[in-house]
Amino acid sequence: MRIVLVLRLIVLALLVAFIIAPQGFAPLFAPLTRFDAPPIYTQTSILSLTLSHLGIVAVATLAATVIAVGFAILVTRPFGEEFLPLSRAVANIGQTFPPVAVLALAVPVLGFGTGPTLVALFLYGLLPIFENALTALTGLSPAVREAARGSGMTGWQRLVQVELPLAFPVILAGIRLSAVISLSTATIGSTVAARTLGEVIIAGLLSGNTAFVLQGGLVVGALAVLIHDGFVAFESLVTRRTGGAARDFETSVS
Amino acid sequence: MIAIRFLSPVQQRFDKLGVVIAALGLFALYAQPFLASRANRIVPGEPLMIWQAPGAGGWPMMAALTIAFGVLLFRTAPIVRLGTASAALLGLAIAVGLGASSVLSPGDSFARISPGSGFWLMGFALALAATDGLARLRLGPVARLGVLVAVIVAVVAILASGIWDDLAAMREYQSRSAAFWRELNTHLFLAFGAVGAAIVVGVPVGIVCYSLPKVRGAVLGVLNIVQTIPSIALFGLLIAPMAWIGANIPGASALGIAGIGVAPAFVALFAYSLLPMVSNTVVGLEGVPRDASEAARGMGMTGAQRMAEILLPLAFPVILTGIRIVLVQNIGLAVIAGLIGGGGLGIFVFQGIAQTAMPLVLLGAIPAVAMAFTAAIILDAGVELSRKGIA
Amino acid sequence: MIEIENLTKLYDGRAVVDDVTLTVPAGEIAAIVGTSGSGKTTLLRMINRLVEPSSGSIRIDGRDNRDVPAHELRRHIGYAIQGHGLFPHQDVARNIATVPRLLGWDKRMISERVDELLALFQLDPAEYRKRMPHELSGGQKQRVGVARALAAGPSVLLMDEPFGALDPIIRHKAQEDLLDIQRRLGTTIVLVTHDMDEAVRLGNRIAVMSEGRVRQYARPEEIIAAPADDFVLAMLGTGDRAFRLLSLRTVAEALEAGEAEGTPIVDTASLREAYAEMLWSRRAALPVSRAGALVGRVTRAACEKAATRQP
Repeated sequence: MRIVLVLRLIVLALLVAFIIAPQGFAPLFAPLTRFDAPPIYTQTSILSLTLSHLGIVAVATLAATVIAVGFAILVTRPFGEEFLPLSRAVANIGQTFPPVAVLALAVPVLGFGTGPTLVALFLYGLLPIFENALTALTGLSPAVREAARGSGMTGWQRLVQVELPLAFPVILAGIRLSAVISLSTATIGSTVAARTLGEVIIAGLLSGNTAFVLQGGLVVGALAVLIHDGFVAFESLVTRRTGGAARDFETSVS
Repeated sequence: MIAIRFLSPVQQRFDKLGVVIAALGLFALYAQPFLASRANRIVPGEPLMIWQAPGAGGWPMMAALTIAFGVLLFRTAPIVRLGTASAALLGLAIAVGLGASSVLSPGDSFARISPGSGFWLMGFALALAATDGLARLRLGPVARLGVLVAVIVAVVAILASGIWDDLAAMREYQSRSAAFWRELNTHLFLAFGAVGAAIVVGVPVGIVCYSLPKVRGAVLGVLNIVQTIPSIALFGLLIAPMAWIGANIPGASALGIAGIGVAPAFVALFAYSLLPMVSNTVVGLEGVPRDASEAARGMGMTGAQRMAEILLPLAFPVILTGIRIVLVQNIGLAVIAGLIGGGGLGIFVFQGIAQTAMPLVLLGAIPAVAMAFTAAIILDAGVELSRKGIA
Repeated sequence: MIEIENLTKLYDGRAVVDDVTLTVPAGEIAAIVGTSGSGKTTLLRMINRLVEPSSGSIRIDGRDNRDVPAHELRRHIGYAIQGHGLFPHQDVARNIATVPRLLGWDKRMISERVDELLALFQLDPAEYRKRMPHELSGGQKQRVGVARALAAGPSVLLMDEPFGALDPIIRHKAQEDLLDIQRRLGTTIVLVTHDMDEAVRLGNRIAVMSEGRVRQYARPEEIIAAPADDFVLAMLGTGDRAFRLLSLRTVAEALEAGEAEGTPIVDTASLREAYAEMLWSRRAALPVSRAGALVGRVTRAACEKAATRQP
């Protein structure tokens, strides 16, 4: 466990160092370039691209969380139960929609730039959060539900004091999944001119400069690993407190 | 204090989802353009309302759609909702094709007619209504496959009839049909081939991870990290090593291994497929009831017999779920191959984005989405059927 | 015959089974009773080498159980566990045929054997061969589980809480069926249970285990009459020792000449049942019948004598 933690700290340190002073790493990437191409991407600063990348993902994930959790609460109340079968079906089938397709189809509506990427990330990010929230809210043990009802809680009290706290770790797992997918999908956003780290990778692909592809990929990969681990640590903290079990082994690529 | 909620007559008669669908549908029908017409591929489109396209069926079609949305507004049996929505979708599909033909001047090979936002919104609303009907019918796996076949037959029939031939996406297809089928082939090869390779490698690796818990952490850790590398980066990073292998390993280039082409894409998809395959195999094997695997041991099965006769058959539904995840994911990810010269339907998507030619994007994206849906529905049914054989 | 000698199993230096020596004569049922964690299941699992002992030896019918590879040994020892352990993806016939198949019997022979066993366990072969485990009731699953364990005709059968998942009425019936089948086949059985009543009812001998050691290994009457230590006494419970003794004897054993009033009792019933009936119907004696004919009577005095601690 300790070794893993040290490894994470090293990754974090290297990541921060690279983002702030990429030129310091030039000798490492130089062997990957040909014909004296620059080893480090300088068109735009890596720092600003990273911040923009993280910003887009954060905004999309936050918006997706609010909407998805809100909607999951709605369809699990008596008022919204008519929407439940459809919501399940859409959450299941919607995730088969390739993220690239979502992105490509958002362009004609929103034009080029950060806009379509934001919307695509938001739409695609909704589904894992919604699905997890739905699973958590509908999967509570009937005994707990009955106990809450039996002790005279109102619907609102049950939601706030019992259902949401118990569902929280699973919802958190959905947010993690959504954030990690978005982090990766955002790179594709640069094909429609969004300001993300994908810009570095695509510049590398277009000019045949493997160094650019690698540094872009590594930065995004490191961010994903760290954010993923941060969520997992937070989840296990929360889970230990509620005594429940968050879901393991969700995987997805974009 | 006891409160009993009575539904008012109005609440009882209206379907809440139906209200949303009808509102969206009627807004799309009356206030949004049904078609967009452009003088050529590149210029911005002119919106056309449904009544401006004579071939779309005019007032009778509008009346029929209005009635359909009206029916969906009320509480009815799921089968009625499904029937109404399906019929309306079919009508919409025919109307958009005939409507496009009717506004095109004969012989004008430059003009492009695309479905407008009204069409897409109505299609979306009706698809939701149909999905809702299907979900409420709670069909079994075989019946769901039947519905899938019916939908495929309907789409193929419309394509074969030529009704859609004057739509812009079909125009794009006509001018590059050979390339379309070639890239579709590549796409399928990438998606299915990588899944096949991942099954061949991933299941045995999963078995090893299950048997040797010490190996498990390391293997799953490495595969987890592979999973976090963004796809375009992984595709790109594999170009150089693939080129090196193609140039330096005898026989490799004869197998088609090169820096440009399908090889890097194939390897990347394979790498992404491994984690779900391995972890689902492990989870499936671990989920085998303990008393069954203990009984197998107690009765004198060897390790290999126990694995082949008891553990793997009982883990099969979970492994199949892994295949489902990976196949659907690969069909989507293979689109990215288009960005690095790996071929596949992504070629049209990225060309379309570059040329701001939406119909070309659709030509690539719609088949990819349709294939992912189809694969998901078929494999979901398979998983359910295989679970039935066990439970 | 099973001979266990100085058997010890250490986990992390702690003895789970501690220097156990006991012999189960051929054709008898040995019940191992103990609380959870007493080492009784580990002891059982060392007999078919699901667990390898740290030291000591086990001989089955005179042969050391390490003479053949573990999986081959197990094919010749029946094994039935709690919750039956049926393979959920195979039908009843295939489940029962597991060991014969592993032993390479030919198809016809296997099929005949399956029918024979189903009939033995009162399951109609035509109806049950093709059933899947989830289509059986709890009692039926348990019977199929035991049938499977007996499929290759093993001389030794190991049972780990085989009736643990059954409700009381079905459990009672399953226990009687097991006794009946054991008498017919003459199988040597080692049975692990935490239920002293079950041990008394089924065991020719009972081994009481605690903390890895066998506290007492004796016939049920001896254990009830003379518990070796406080732990055995606690397992027995002091409240109903007398009734346990009564339940071990049949009416036939206390039969005497003479007549009595009222409905007769069959001579295979236990003295406990006879005594209860006398209390309930306020009679001092019951007429005894055998195969429908009156053969004598059983008295309260005889029951009370049988229930007293023997010197």
